Amino acid sequence: MAALDELDRRLIDAFQRGLPLDSRPFAAMAERLGVSEAAVIERLRELQQSQVLSRVGPVFDHALAGASLLAAVAVPEAERDAAAAVINRSPGVNHNYAREHDFNLWFVMTAADEVQLESRLEALEEELGVPVLRLPMLEGFHIDLGFPIPWAELETP
Amino acid sequence: MNSLSMPSTLPHRGASPERLRALLERGLPLTEQPWLALAEQCGMSEDEVLGWVERWQHEGLIKRLGLVVRHHALGIRANAMVVWDLPDDIVSEVGRRLAKESAVTLCYRRPRRLPDWPYNLFCMIHGTQRDRVLASLADIIERQQLHQTPHRVLFSLKAYKQRGGRYTREDDSHERRACPPA
Repeated sequence: MAALDELDRRLIDAFQRGLPLDSRPFAAMAERLGVSEAAVIERLRELQQSQVLSRVGPVFDHALAGASLLAAVAVPEAERDAAAAVINRSPGVNHNYAREHDFNLWFVMTAADEVQLESRLEALEEELGVPVLRLPMLEGFHIDLGFPIPWAELETP
Repeated sequence: MNSLSMPSTLPHRGASPERLRALLERGLPLTEQPWLALAEQCGMSEDEVLGWVERWQHEGLIKRLGLVVRHHALGIRANAMVVWDLPDDIVSEVGRRLAKESAVTLCYRRPRRLPDWPYNLFCMIHGTQRDRVLASLADIIERQQLHQTPHRVLFSLKAYKQRGGRYTREDDSHERRACPPA
């Protein structure tokens, strides 16, 4: 894993949510952490570069931001990588994971609306040659507050 | 475009909240005045951009605003999707309880798809190692009295793609240019 120092960790612990809605948000963050604005910007750039951060910005609510659903397919294990590549190329796919189950590929398909979503799923089914299990969210119970990073556990694997 | 995106007072001609959303889905530019940089790219003033973001936060379209961490890159590699088959009349109540468990990072109710898929409640548990995730799950089953509830643990074997959702049509055409079908 990337070597993170104390400032990196404090940034991640303090600002997975609540980025200041300020003309100079990184200056406001810097002030709270007792460092310079330039240091915060540099760290965020480095963390983004090293892929620790996917981005700095909003997480949109799936249900309100457009149409989306969790989908799964069952493909032979030997064809899993090839099928995953087809899914990754399909427009609107964000997460795509192999999981331990007969339904061995799980992905989130998004679109601007339900009609576009369904047409994307149908096109993908045709290309893959297997049916796609469609599991839209019916009710969400969790408020996304970010995830507390267990730094101590990461140090003593 | 859904009703949440409709402005209450029309911004000036050419200003595009849809464009702003597409840009935000890619993250803020890491410069001193990121909102101003976004404003210039979508024909708004900085205040208008901040106004939209505040409004979307208030409406719940934006769930949180901040650092979006790639857990895998940090070493948090055990990622279990735990699925449960609960009676319909108690599934929502159990979902609300599971969501309060600190180890549970996401919790959703989804439809069954019989006969292939009998599970109607999904939650995610992340951790550094498989045995720690399983220990958290055992604690949860104990605390929530879920011994009798059929469930499955689907650990992830490989992440083929992990990125934020992109919903706007504008972004869409961009994506097709970036990833033409083979």
